[in-house]
Amino acid sequence: MNDTILLAHGSGGKLSHDLVERKFLPSLANPLLNKLDDSAIFEASGRLSFTTDSYVVNPIFFPGGDIGKLAVCGTVNDLSMNGAKPLYLSLSVIIEEGLLIAELERIVQSIKAAADEAQVDIITGDTKVVNQGQADKLFINTSGIGIIPAGIDISGANAKAGDRVILSGTIGDHGIAIMSQREGLRFETLLESDCAPLNKLVAQMLKASPNIHCLRDPTRGGLATTLNEFAKQSNVGIVVEEDKIPVKEGVKAACELLGFDPVYVANEGKLVAVVRPGDASKVLAQMKQNRYGRDAAIIGEVTNDHTGRVIMKTKLGPSRIIDMLSGELLPRIC
Amino acid sequence: MKFIEEYRNSELARKLAHRIAKHTTRQIRLMEFCGGHTHAIMRYGIRQLVPKIVEMRSGPGCPVCVTAIGDLDKAIALAHLPGIIITFGDMMRVPGSYSSLQQAKAEGADIRIVYSTLDAIETAKANPKKSVIFIGIGFETTAPTIAASIIKAKKEGVENFYVLSLLKLTPPVMRALLESGEVKLDGVIGPGHVCVITGSHPYEFIPEDYGVGYVISGFEPLDILLSIDKLVEQIESGKPKVEIAYRRGVKPEGNRKALELIDEVFEIDGADWRGIGNVPQSGLKINKEYQHFDADNAFSISLKPAKEPKGCCCGDILRGVALPFDCKLFGKVCTPEKPVGPCMVSSEGTCAAYYQYGASYE
Repeated sequence: MNDTILLAHGSGGKLSHDLVERKFLPSLANPLLNKLDDSAIFEASGRLSFTTDSYVVNPIFFPGGDIGKLAVCGTVNDLSMNGAKPLYLSLSVIIEEGLLIAELERIVQSIKAAADEAQVDIITGDTKVVNQGQADKLFINTSGIGIIPAGIDISGANAKAGDRVILSGTIGDHGIAIMSQREGLRFETLLESDCAPLNKLVAQMLKASPNIHCLRDPTRGGLATTLNEFAKQSNVGIVVEEDKIPVKEGVKAACELLGFDPVYVANEGKLVAVVRPGDASKVLAQMKQNRYGRDAAIIGEVTNDHTGRVIMKTKLGPSRIIDMLSGELLPRIC
Repeated sequence: MKFIEEYRNSELARKLAHRIAKHTTRQIRLMEFCGGHTHAIMRYGIRQLVPKIVEMRSGPGCPVCVTAIGDLDKAIALAHLPGIIITFGDMMRVPGSYSSLQQAKAEGADIRIVYSTLDAIETAKANPKKSVIFIGIGFETTAPTIAASIIKAKKEGVENFYVLSLLKLTPPVMRALLESGEVKLDGVIGPGHVCVITGSHPYEFIPEDYGVGYVISGFEPLDILLSIDKLVEQIESGKPKVEIAYRRGVKPEGNRKALELIDEVFEIDGADWRGIGNVPQSGLKINKEYQHFDADNAFSISLKPAKEPKGCCCGDILRGVALPFDCKLFGKVCTPEKPVGPCMVSSEGTCAAYYQYGASYE
């Protein structure tokens, strides 16, 4: 096979088959995928959860992960945030001609590693190749199906006054790791993306309390946006304490430099939970047992005051409103 | 974070706030010149910490905000020429008379965002067949690096690199504000980053000619509280002067090397400020020796007459005459998602700070 992806790899002909059979199947093989029929057939019963997401991250390789790992973790996490146990994923890849085959192989390997860790199978897929300039190296879409255990009812609309807000770890790692690689912004950092599948963490949390009210992964828009979504959906107020929110030194420093507030910076391996006050310490203790919840902390609580708004008690004492992110995060100039 | 957390100590902040409250005997009005200060004041809730009789007004210290709408239209017109436009991020979303850089990008213009001007040179080198125009906005802070990039372009023969210089100087606009007498001020919190470059000397005229105190401040909450404290002391004792409350950054003589870079490349000229108009001697224009790199000189474009957005109070806010709440559009028609004026767009804009940090929550 050639060193780079050619338009012919997307022709549907021999090269297309070669690409799937040699580059994807050996790593991702499982009985449902191996059939290579037009669609995958499986049995499932109970309440199902279904989600889809497209991944267009630039650059496609970044410290702590790549677009492949992100595409698996992102969809696994979206299922998990409803309390669903992820079962199957689809994988659809749009490749810009000229992508190095070696790069594609690396990405498939990390798709495999992430799917193995999350214990999900990729059971259907598609590849397309487009002309140079019509995509940026590689775009991936994954959809996922999961099953929700009986008795679980998690929604952003379930927060109640008195509930505690738990954050699973440090914020801003992914956003800053990506930003550090962007053209025109490049800076040295030891930070890595926190990109990770959170389904096992969620399963452990649900074991501690099946009554978790809200779960969400604060991806684009950051912690601030997720908290605002909860406040609006549930028609409650939320108060968080700046001091309690874990932020790595490197993220703090980069945010100072770029003029960002870490509460708006993206995460790919964190979750925010809203739980009943009596369950908070149980859930927190369980989270700390999991590698992705080691730095978990109770950062605030839900109130009936200032409904629809999130207030942060600053380190200095006064409080201020934390609004949703508006526009794109852009660096300041002086 | 070392050297930062120390300046956010809540115990010391409370002590300073207490001192300010104790020493202030009458209603006073201070202006923080710099948008960075406005944001820090709102972000850390400093308005809530100091007594109500200490009134804070924002000044014209937001480079994006003070860019005249005609200049913005020029940048957008340049973006529609073939070639690459390079800009600092905040400029993208500011509405011009008819469009914005963001809009131009959506229509196909190649517009890229950088953090450092020197990266713009790299883009020019990587695209030798295209003209690469850098939109040079800012004050004395960004001027030295923009100058350095022009010198570098000349030295390395990067002939396709151009700068549209919209750079502005802070002392002349301070004088224009005080001279107009439109807003009565008792003291000014001086822009720390600007003064790292300029030093404190260029501001001596403020106490001498206008009897107004000027304390140069850093950007952490304790820096700002200390500066307010020093201004209160000056006001109460009736002895206005220039003081540096940001010793770790500012020397009275400034940064000689940076000032030399500015002198090498630029000459002083009048400049248009949004809301203020043309202020003599307040702009930096690329001089004859470097005129090859002057986008104003290299490209001729025709512009439709500029028109200010209707009902927008950015001009009044930049002169310290009004606060965002005084604007009928604030938070209703004009929000960060759909900004009418630049003060709602820029990360240093006064309206953006008041909106984002929820001044209304006070």
